[in-house]
Amino acid sequence: MVKLRKYNRFFIQIIAAFSVFLLVSCVGNKYYNSKIEGKQIGITGQSGEVKSIDAFVAPYREHINKDLDNILAYSPETLDKSKGEWQTSIGNLMADMTVEMGNPVFLSREKKNIDICILNHGGIRSILPKGNVTTRTAFEIMPFENSLIVVELKGTEIREMANYILKEKKPHPLNGLQIIIDKNTLTVKSLSVNGKPLEDSKSYYVATSDYLSNGGDNMVFFRKAVASYDMNYKLRNLMIDYFKKVDTIPVIINQRIILE
Amino acid sequence: MKRRDFLKNTAASSALLTLGGLSLSSFDNLEDTTEVKKITILHTNDVHSHIDPFPADHPKNPNMGGVARRAALVEQIRKEEKNVLLLDAGDIFQGTPYFNYYGGELEFKLMSMLQYDLATMGNHDFDNGIEGFYAQLPHAEFDFVSANYDFKNTILDGIVKPYKIIRKDGIKIGIFGLGVELQGLVSPQLYKETVYNNPVEVAQEMTRILKQENKCDLVICLSHLGFKYSNDPEKICDVNLAKKTKDIDLIIGGHTHTFLDKPVIEKNSDGKEVLINQVGCYGINLGRIDFYFDKKNKAASGNGRSIMV
Repeated sequence: MVKLRKYNRFFIQIIAAFSVFLLVSCVGNKYYNSKIEGKQIGITGQSGEVKSIDAFVAPYREHINKDLDNILAYSPETLDKSKGEWQTSIGNLMADMTVEMGNPVFLSREKKNIDICILNHGGIRSILPKGNVTTRTAFEIMPFENSLIVVELKGTEIREMANYILKEKKPHPLNGLQIIIDKNTLTVKSLSVNGKPLEDSKSYYVATSDYLSNGGDNMVFFRKAVASYDMNYKLRNLMIDYFKKVDTIPVIINQRIILE
Repeated sequence: MKRRDFLKNTAASSALLTLGGLSLSSFDNLEDTTEVKKITILHTNDVHSHIDPFPADHPKNPNMGGVARRAALVEQIRKEEKNVLLLDAGDIFQGTPYFNYYGGELEFKLMSMLQYDLATMGNHDFDNGIEGFYAQLPHAEFDFVSANYDFKNTILDGIVKPYKIIRKDGIKIGIFGLGVELQGLVSPQLYKETVYNNPVEVAQEMTRILKQENKCDLVICLSHLGFKYSNDPEKICDVNLAKKTKDIDLIIGGHTHTFLDKPVIEKNSDGKEVLINQVGCYGINLGRIDFYFDKKNKAASGNGRSIMV
């Protein structure tokens, strides 16, 4: 036993010495970063193309294209979510079409009307380009599988919604609610719903996406919902149905958030 | 007895140390000290299922992007350079009907054909749920890293690892992933029991493992935290991460779809330079960072490294 321990000790010494040797050798082989070059390369038509990759994609593409390329409407202008501080033409369009297409469904099911619609600026994933509007356009703007939900909120939560919009400073698509802001203090001056002053204790029916109604984008005011109604209507399908219904896309520039 | 042991130990080590030192200097004389090694990092972020180029009449990005063109560019660079790594900083999924129709299968297959080495997960990679992501993994011939998402109670446990160490031409490259806070961004039904941990604390742990323990020559963070939030300057982002940590050489970012004119240089908590790059979105650009290595320790001699962006 004693002998074994002595042997162990010797062994440890060898290991320790060898580790030091290794360490020293490693340092000797070490490479040091002397220079860094960084750049960005644009991927353009001049980049060339790997034909086999394109051939691999082709059957997938053809299948989808058959589905997507039918023309549904025409847009006289390009609608862009980056054009506008408190509202944008594409945001206005989306909020308005959600009420226009969603309200008949809500009315027939619940015998009530939608008062307000709020969607999120981040959820608009593409511009609506000038020219022919196709099923593809709807997929590009609204790629998510989100569906229409109508949430019953008290006036106090609508007030929170207005404060949220002011804090976020984003042109979230909005319909039904008008927010008058003091341009100096950037605080809410007055709120009205479809022309009538907001009442704190009154119930309002707010159309939105299931994503936002679950508190997405930190829309926490939805957590205090009195009730919520799933319309089982995908927002993208709503958009496609709207495009089919209208011939020409309206360019809606009226203000929902007004600085005074 | 103990003291004698210690002395003996020290003596033995010193002897070998001298030996090591000797052999080292003789090696140096034989080897070319001017030998330079080059590691080329190529990267994308937020490609969002953009497989085809934008059409020629697209008002914003006409005729830009496209995976077959990206493949040509990557192929060309691989011909010119010996040590190429191709990385992606997340949000591979969601954005074109290719994702809605095929659930990410095509994205992963194409990235495998382009020989991507590694990617991290973005919030949209949870869009078909954690199961939807898992279901497509057989199509990915590359790994995913994420250090601050704890997948212990999910289907991804042991599959998505915190970091990966890749050796290229004798250079050891440690790469770890960081993801954005999921709560409020992704429905809990989709990310299930994925736990989000503090990116700064996790990054410090990662650099300890990669730089101190594993002696990596290069430490890269694949981040989906976002570049910077002007509305919320304290929110964790790549710029804040760079300032609050050390031993990271490069942060490849995503999430905010930031188009930078050129890579950004920040100072870390040790006062050393960190490079941050993000190349917008939709496969419009490819980022390229070249790291040159030689045996001259410029940092020790006070010259430092030169960064050309």
